[in-house]
Amino acid sequence: MSGETSPGGQAGEAGQVPSGTLPAQPGEQRVVAERHGLFGARGTGDTSGFGGLVTTVALPRPSARPYGGWFDEVADVLERRTGEQGLEHAVLGVVVDRGEITFHVRREDLVAVLRLLRDDPALRFELSSGVSAVHLPGDAGRELHAVYHLLSMTHNRRIRVETTAPDADPHVPSTVSVYPTHDWHEREAYDMFGLVFDGHPALTRILMPDDWPGHPQRKDYPLGGIPVEYKGGTVPPPDQRRSYS
Amino acid sequence: MSTTDHPAAHDVQDVYAGTSETGEGRVFTVTGQDWDSIAAGLDHEMDDRVVVNMGPQHPSTHGVLRLILELEGETVTEARCGIGYLHTGIEKNMEFRTWTQGVTFCTRMDYLSPFFNETTYVLGVERLLGIEDDVPEKAQTMRVLLMELNRISSHLVAIATGGMEIGALTVMTIGFRERELVLDLFELITGLRMNHAFVRPGGVAQDLPPGAIDEIRGFVALMRERLPEYAALCNANPIFKGRLEGVGHLDLEGCLALGLTGPVLRSTGYPWDLRKTQPYCGYETYDFDVQTWDTCDSYGRFRVRLAEMWESLRIVEQATDRLARMEGDPVMVADRKIAWPSQLAIGSDGMGNSLDHIRHIMGESMEALIHHFKLVTEGFRVPAGQAYVPVESPRGELGAHVVSDGGTKPYRVHFRDPSFTNLQATSVMSEGGMVADVIVAIASIDPVMGGVDR
Amino acid sequence: MGLEEKLPSGVLLTTVEGLAGYMRKASFWPATFGLACCAIEMMTTGGPKYDLARFGMEVFRASPRQADLMIVAGRVSQKMAPVLRQIYDQMADPKWVLAMGVCASSGGMFNNYAIVQGVDHVVPVDMYLPGCPPRPEMLIDAILKLHDQVQHTKLGAHRRAEIVAEETAALNALPTSEMKGLLR
Repeated sequence: MSGETSPGGQAGEAGQVPSGTLPAQPGEQRVVAERHGLFGARGTGDTSGFGGLVTTVALPRPSARPYGGWFDEVADVLERRTGEQGLEHAVLGVVVDRGEITFHVRREDLVAVLRLLRDDPALRFELSSGVSAVHLPGDAGRELHAVYHLLSMTHNRRIRVETTAPDADPHVPSTVSVYPTHDWHEREAYDMFGLVFDGHPALTRILMPDDWPGHPQRKDYPLGGIPVEYKGGTVPPPDQRRSYS
Repeated sequence: MSTTDHPAAHDVQDVYAGTSETGEGRVFTVTGQDWDSIAAGLDHEMDDRVVVNMGPQHPSTHGVLRLILELEGETVTEARCGIGYLHTGIEKNMEFRTWTQGVTFCTRMDYLSPFFNETTYVLGVERLLGIEDDVPEKAQTMRVLLMELNRISSHLVAIATGGMEIGALTVMTIGFRERELVLDLFELITGLRMNHAFVRPGGVAQDLPPGAIDEIRGFVALMRERLPEYAALCNANPIFKGRLEGVGHLDLEGCLALGLTGPVLRSTGYPWDLRKTQPYCGYETYDFDVQTWDTCDSYGRFRVRLAEMWESLRIVEQATDRLARMEGDPVMVADRKIAWPSQLAIGSDGMGNSLDHIRHIMGESMEALIHHFKLVTEGFRVPAGQAYVPVESPRGELGAHVVSDGGTKPYRVHFRDPSFTNLQATSVMSEGGMVADVIVAIASIDPVMGGVDR
Repeated sequence: MGLEEKLPSGVLLTTVEGLAGYMRKASFWPATFGLACCAIEMMTTGGPKYDLARFGMEVFRASPRQADLMIVAGRVSQKMAPVLRQIYDQMADPKWVLAMGVCASSGGMFNNYAIVQGVDHVVPVDMYLPGCPPRPEMLIDAILKLHDQVQHTKLGAHRRAEIVAEETAALNALPTSEMKGLLR
């Protein structure tokens, strides 16, 4: 999304850009990218007359209490239990958006928080749906996000836990000891994004060949297509065509 | 293996075979030569490790799965999977296409359950768009109908290929015979046998074609006659039971730790089915039961799949009855900023754009043309955020983690594919067992490599 | 006018090439090289409804050493390409390759880092079959066309001359991007 355009206004009103700090306060919003122009076309001139238009892209802002429904219950228990273990600052923020709750967790405390989430009788998130990673090059200081979707079968609840690492130090503690299912998921995230999961039993590439250079699903890695030749013309690969965003 | 000179090393013709010195001693790579001539030189070291590489091109590994088995005689002491031989970069490719075009890519991931891939992605997009409640009921019913038909065809292939891999070729041929019936329905409804790209953000691409209701009812009636054949052929078959019973054991604790869902989880007796516990697409309004078995083994998983096909038939019947009452209802969300203006029609050269629609945009309304052009080339914008709406695919929990940056293209889509997660259980299920049981254990997981590698 | 007239009835004459081609085409043993979606359609083709056995081809061989036709059914990833080449090398001559589906033929919609843009980068392809995935009927049609091609393959010196002619024609061919005319 970097250097692309025009989200239609919903991302505006971002306020000031926090400089590399982590969001803790409800309502504080992080701008992760900017779009220029009206249509977001890249590489070619913008003839719309709105070429100077700049809009910001921001992810949903942290929410304030009450979160609603069972979200408060989970947040209360988590707050209490982290407090008991001396992890008061483990949860950096809570985002409630579109009926889903996301806990942003400090990466140092990730394993402890996940273990709490799994073991506490009032939380009991027994099943993890794996690790997903997102690369946000514009999110200064926390470019790489590791996202865990947890499911409590006991209480029939689903939460999301998110932690971040900067590009310069792409290390996240491995959570295989808590959820053994994360074994392959963390290897995939390493393969695709270069996130190093410290403490993983065998962090090697899983999908790409062992000698592959680079981490293909990072935003700074090109799609890698080749131009397609047709009779009388050549079509560039999808990432090099004129497109809108 | 380390040994002194050995005669076969000089005779090796195959360029891919040979001997190499490693840190652990001399390693012989054997690809189909005469075993005796190789073993002759190693008599004093014969009790050393034998590592057998199965795949990635092996008829019994359920696709391009590579297994690295460490053997002691016939017993597997260590089993590891090598995957990635079908890695297609679908998640990355989707980032360069519009939200609607993304469906075209994700349908090709788990190619035996295309409608589930499409639906979980589309449900995620709809949640981001905030139009979950605006999707017309008929579209939801059609999704349910197609997904349940798809569950039948997928389970049929699971049973068919599983049968083929243990040598029960009749199970394979009858499985594919019935699958054709489902594929004929798919072709009638979506125009394609596989890789449909039929479910779209906001609804589905097309209304039911005329005659579809009758065809589906005929299919259900025929399946009710044919499904007992599987039970008669397999359920009490001593060879079939002998191969499957007690093989690939994994209990509830193991399932939860390794994140296994679907028939493997239900074969432990735990009735966890997202259609019941976290319903989507209106599943809460259908009358069906969650099928379980209590043996935690491959036979149990086979029986769960067989029973689930009966339940799917029940849901298909109910969905068909509802669709029969909804003739003419919309199948796409009313918001014209999201609904693709894609009225299709059967032309002389196959399916294409409807001539009426082309006449409208090309000849009657400039605004309609601009709108069509904008929506199809640029696409609609999806507010920034992330969503995860899993569905119960034939193999377990299938979910798409959809991230938007407010643009016209997905910022990142990650699929939590049940095949990928479930395949992790291979080593737990097969270590300590026989080599032949590895095949049965993997077939009972039913991984689809397209979904594993994406 | 020659030998034919002096033969008793019931004897047919043909060329060695014709006879060899007939034998070769009528006993194709395909290797199971299923990769992705197309593999399922390939299995369906061998199944009861489409029944490839009608053309003497139901024996899908699991070992490449016993097969003479490789149906590359599906997308070939960069990781799979060396394996594919190894299996091709292990097949005994004469051997043919059928690229089934658009991914195997040209990479198709997956024009990205992971997929080999056409299996002809790795092995020589005798028949390209479009479709995503192609219908079983299309696969049967492609196989029959390949049968035809095999039937008319020359032998010995003729074959060598044919190879030289094909090579010259390929070298002189205009690149697709410089061709003119309609996109067809």
